[in-house]
Amino acid sequence: MDTIQAILNSMLREAISPQTAAVAIAAIGLNVHFGFTGLLNIGQSGFMLLGAYGFAISIGHGLPLIVGVLLGFAAALVFALVLGAPTLKLRGDYLAIVTISAAEIIRYVGRSALLTDFTGAAQGLQGVSYRTPFTNLSFFGDGDSTLSPFNIYDIAGGAVWVRLVGWLALAACIAGIVLLVKAGRARPTVARRASRDAGGRLTPAAGTESRADLGADARQVTAVSAPVRRMGIGALIALSVFLLFFLMPTSYQDTGVSGWWVRFVAWLLVAVCLLVVYLLVRSPWGRLLRGIREDEDAIRSLGKNVFAIKMQALIIGGLFGALGGMLYVLPASVQPDSMGRSLTFFCYTALLLGGAATIFGPVLGAVIFYAARIMIKGVANAYIPDSIMNGQQTEQFSFIVVGVALMLIVIFRPQGILGNKRELRFNV
Amino acid sequence: MSESTVARSDLADPATRQALMAGVDATPGSAKPDSILVVDNIVRQFGGITAVDVSHLEVQRGIITALIGPNGAGKTTFFNLITGFDKPSSAKTGAHWSFDGATLDKTSASSVAKAGMVRTFQLTKALSRMTVMDNMMLGAQGQAGENLLKCVFKPLWSGQEKAIEEKAKELLQRFKLLEKKDDYAGSLSGGQRKLLEMARALMSDPKMIMLDEPMAGVNPALTQSLLGHIQSLRDDGTTVLFVEHDMHVVRHISDWVAVMAEGRLVAEGPADTVMSDTAVIDAYLGAHHDTDLGDDALLSDQAMVEIQQEVAAEQAEREEEA
Ligand SMILES: Nc1ncnc2c1ncn2[C@@H]1O[C@H](COP(=O)(O)OP(=O)(O)OP(=O)(O)O)[C@@H](O)[C@H]1O
Ligand SMILES: [Mg+2]
Repeated sequence: MDTIQAILNSMLREAISPQTAAVAIAAIGLNVHFGFTGLLNIGQSGFMLLGAYGFAISIGHGLPLIVGVLLGFAAALVFALVLGAPTLKLRGDYLAIVTISAAEIIRYVGRSALLTDFTGAAQGLQGVSYRTPFTNLSFFGDGDSTLSPFNIYDIAGGAVWVRLVGWLALAACIAGIVLLVKAGRARPTVARRASRDAGGRLTPAAGTESRADLGADARQVTAVSAPVRRMGIGALIALSVFLLFFLMPTSYQDTGVSGWWVRFVAWLLVAVCLLVVYLLVRSPWGRLLRGIREDEDAIRSLGKNVFAIKMQALIIGGLFGALGGMLYVLPASVQPDSMGRSLTFFCYTALLLGGAATIFGPVLGAVIFYAARIMIKGVANAYIPDSIMNGQQTEQFSFIVVGVALMLIVIFRPQGILGNKRELRFNV
Repeated sequence: MSESTVARSDLADPATRQALMAGVDATPGSAKPDSILVVDNIVRQFGGITAVDVSHLEVQRGIITALIGPNGAGKTTFFNLITGFDKPSSAKTGAHWSFDGATLDKTSASSVAKAGMVRTFQLTKALSRMTVMDNMMLGAQGQAGENLLKCVFKPLWSGQEKAIEEKAKELLQRFKLLEKKDDYAGSLSGGQRKLLEMARALMSDPKMIMLDEPMAGVNPALTQSLLGHIQSLRDDGTTVLFVEHDMHVVRHISDWVAVMAEGRLVAEGPADTVMSDTAVIDAYLGAHHDTDLGDDALLSDQAMVEIQQEVAAEQAEREEEA
């Protein structure tokens, strides 16, 4: 029981860690590239590393925090321009080749001894050299806090029955969320669409012309229940989050190196990024992105400047990547080797797991990906004797399982958790 | 503006169009009284073969011009060249073409469309994983919401969006696709995709529309109403250039016919004249079905008048309905 509780606790810690949030943001950027525009960027870690270097080097040299952030963004912007200018006019595969090699070049330049004064070469930059201005912003004060302050140990000292009831309630909440989301999807085309771009471009207004088919009835039903359903989903999500922290009380320093402060900022930024992406993709500009993903030439024939729009998408996704990179190094250090190809693949795993071309997919995917990896590692450590698999091997084993899981997702649920299966039927 | 309205109402009348084109020589590359598109020395070679080699072609404004020719004559390649989807091999040796007075030699495909010359594709390009409505909305020009800086502020574009949506619905209604508006375009049949593509092209109110085999795969009843629609486009002042293999259709609606064979422009003229032209019959009999063309040659003027009356009656009926 205690082992299971410990594994669950570490899963939760990993799920809410600032680095998970950082990967979620980078995956949101990748979603703009790959999910919405169809740009195959295999060098997202390059954008992240540039953002991190821009941020860490400038602050390390005494520039203010805001300048550091802006320089990180500027580096990613230039990177996007340099990569995009020659390749966005060519077929999609060229961008893939160029991005993956450019990201590797950035990493090798970063770890080369030539620029040791700036990048610290392979040793990287220590967090202390750039973290202080950010920590000083904290209004959380010193000391430790536990989330949630009211938790299982307050009821009957965390007896087994309390835990069981709690977990059952959590399972019920999650089942409720799944049911509500599915109910919104299962309806005929009109309803599905209305729930998809929650902006409601078509929702009740579409009821004006009368059509004597099934869709007309369903439309009315959804028109009534859509806001209620959305509120229900929101309430259940809030309740599940509370239950998680109720069942697995987690404590950190309030500010500290890697405490609640950096977690708070990280997840706040995730929320802001989600909002920005939502605003972007529900607009006609977002429609253009999807059009380009489907068929560039068709969009060209309609008088749209495809190159400019692809460039805009590449830059925006790259800026998300840079922001993710800055967050990634904030509680740790800038290590070029920890931000290589595998980080890009983690971003892709998160994206595909959650569902490409959905709003929440990348975040959900990142959380599940990191939590699942810790779970595999924890279970293997606890229940597989060291003679079969030692600590280091479980680490590698967890990556193998994740890789196999990714393959299974792509084969059996290519649309990811939140994706729309119907869209995939028309693969071109 | 006033000048063009006069011209519009004029060209809606068949007699005026006939009178206008009667003065034009029925020879390849002849000059037109008011050409909207002028093409000079456009050559495109693929390896050894010359797909297009047109030394001069003018397209008259405000009428329907048909571009015909056997398979592989270079019609699609010609479309690609003048709409910026392909570059002529003769780019540096005198290729020159202009649309509505503006030179297009080095213009990108999107700028050509922006200038008012919109095309459709022989192999349709429906945006499969988007709804029919989204496909249509993409066709509209000058959308404020397509600007990255404005797109996050919905009030800046929601009004325009509604207007565009209304227009899209109207067009979809006319093309019998309204019931499909929330389906994915990928779920449409081949003929429906043709219709969608044509409707989408019309969303931009083009000055000139270039249709590559718009009727291929569309059922006869709908073809009739599409022909009516193309004619009403012309009557509203849009220039139409279309590629078509069905000689009945060509005869039915075109005011002028240009014939290509093996990349060259071999004949031009009114439908009747062209179809009895020996060069044209040669070009077709060599490579194409012979019966159709033969049948058409038998069609008398009286039959033409009958067809036209039929169409007029149908149109009147439709207008009554509306
Ligand atoms: N991309 C290409 N590469 C090589 N040859 C090509 C290419 N595109 C067209 N061609 C050749 O150019 C010639 C003209 O082709 P085009 O598609 O323009 O014919 P078309 O008149 O449109 O015929 P259809 O009526 O069958 O559509 C053909 O001989 C074709 O093989
Ligand atoms: Mg063709």
